[in-house]
Amino acid sequence: MRNTFAETIYEAGKSDPRLVVVVADISPAGAMQKFRCEFPGRFVNTGVAEQVMIGMCAGMALRGLRPIAYTIATFALFRPFEFIRDDLCYQNLPVTVVGIGGGVTYSTLGATHHAMEDVAVACALPHMSVIAPCDPSETQAAANWCARQTRGPVYLRLGKAGEPDLSSGATEPWEFGKARYLKKGRDVCILGYGPILKLAFDVADRVEKAGRSCSILSVHTLKPLDENRIAEALATHTEVVVLEECVAHGGLGVQVQAIAWSRGAPCRLSTFSLKDTFIHQYGSHTDLLAAHGISEHAISTALGLD
Amino acid sequence: MDFDVTRARERCLAYRRRILDMSQRVTAMHIAPAFSCLEMIDVIYHGYMRRSPVAGGEPFADSFVLSKGHGCISQYVILEDLEVLSRKELDAYCTVQGHLGAHPDYGVPGIEASTGSLGHGLGIAVGMAYAEKLKQTDRRVFALISDGELQEGSTWEGVLMASNLKLDNLVLFVDLNDYTAMDRLSVEHPATYPVDEKFRAFGWEATQVNGHDAGALVASVDSRSGKTPFVVIGQTVKGKGVAFMEGVPIWHYRSPSKEEYLLATQDLRQVTA
Repeated sequence: MRNTFAETIYEAGKSDPRLVVVVADISPAGAMQKFRCEFPGRFVNTGVAEQVMIGMCAGMALRGLRPIAYTIATFALFRPFEFIRDDLCYQNLPVTVVGIGGGVTYSTLGATHHAMEDVAVACALPHMSVIAPCDPSETQAAANWCARQTRGPVYLRLGKAGEPDLSSGATEPWEFGKARYLKKGRDVCILGYGPILKLAFDVADRVEKAGRSCSILSVHTLKPLDENRIAEALATHTEVVVLEECVAHGGLGVQVQAIAWSRGAPCRLSTFSLKDTFIHQYGSHTDLLAAHGISEHAISTALGLD
Repeated sequence: MDFDVTRARERCLAYRRRILDMSQRVTAMHIAPAFSCLEMIDVIYHGYMRRSPVAGGEPFADSFVLSKGHGCISQYVILEDLEVLSRKELDAYCTVQGHLGAHPDYGVPGIEASTGSLGHGLGIAVGMAYAEKLKQTDRRVFALISDGELQEGSTWEGVLMASNLKLDNLVLFVDLNDYTAMDRLSVEHPATYPVDEKFRAFGWEATQVNGHDAGALVASVDSRSGKTPFVVIGQTVKGKGVAFMEGVPIWHYRSPSKEEYLLATQDLRQVTA
């Protein structure tokens, strides 16, 4: 995802001299290095100084540029939080804040590097749009949108590297603010965002082997939330599962529950979010998700498959 | 640069009077912090901020960020004098009919950044100055911070980046009145001093002058080499211009009562330095 993002921004930067990348001491891998070499003036590394990364982005946006702040999610959003709130959101400036390694992607680095609550926190900010693509293809579409938008600040939550393609079977193109089916069935619907949707495909295989059909709905834009599409999914499936790599409080799960309640959805609804705790565990990304109670087995059990 | 110091003193006396008049409509307005940086903001606007040649767009061809947002009443009265803000707008200060609050808000004519939370303005100014470099314009960026903002780590992040990026189009004013809301810096936070040497250590050109002396302020800014970011540290008095407010902490925030207002207006004199 990070390479696709960098490649997309590099291409967008070729035709838009207003596009500036501001990083806080994150190694510019792959295409980001290309951007840095080709447009050295438009690549700024503030060093380990995230507050001025955001402050500078605000200043540049106030003077007509299109800055992108880019670093590891915890340091992109949490460390300079009040600068994002005041400088970007309060002034409603078109700055994209990119958080790399959302959720527990950095599974061996400990909770200082886990952005477990980033989506919830970002969604709480007035004026902020929040996007979390599930794969490189959605990342490309989202990055292209971010590079051109004039709506205001955006938090773009990405994974890291090596995420599989999940959206090649989507029936609709990616559109900001519009949830889309990556797979369409009639019985079960798994909805969520981010690379964790890989699990949805694994579970869908099991659902289908058990003789039921399964939809997968990518809710890539968390704010503004596509409530109508979610309500439609709740109304047209008998069983709905929300899958997210974020704490429950303020996450997608509770928002889907609220929509289900207000619209009187007839389906069964279960939600999978990160636990409300810091886990002191290391291992693969899958290991960390399992420690948070999110696994193919756990979801299958909830669907009565195991 | 031609700068009429006598005229500046007359203006600042009128501004202080206007601020005192406005103080009677609100209970809190940060009057003393506004008085300490008044001469510096006057010098920035009347000495350096060029008017935009294009009517109807941005009012100025240079930028000014008041990082010390709680001093914005001084900015408002000057913008009124420059006819960027109207008398009607100032008369509706802090009321539901108006749009001027006790901290500056981006979108208000002449206000280029929303500040109020301390330690934000310099980073924004650094981004602005860098944007002008990228766009290859001659627009300069002026910023003013309080001495309390020297306690914010983010200020020093901005100080470092301004120097790293060689932002010779950035001029910073520090309102060194030695008081924060609670304490005297020289007593509770003596490590704040010396201020100028800290900036020099980070690659800035720095001078320190009497911050109420418009002539000295202009002379120091005019004498900058223009090769690095430049800071003028203005030694000031909180509440300057009204004897009973000078250096008295309560005036950081409170508005004068009717009696105090009358006393203040009688006491008001031109600040000569």
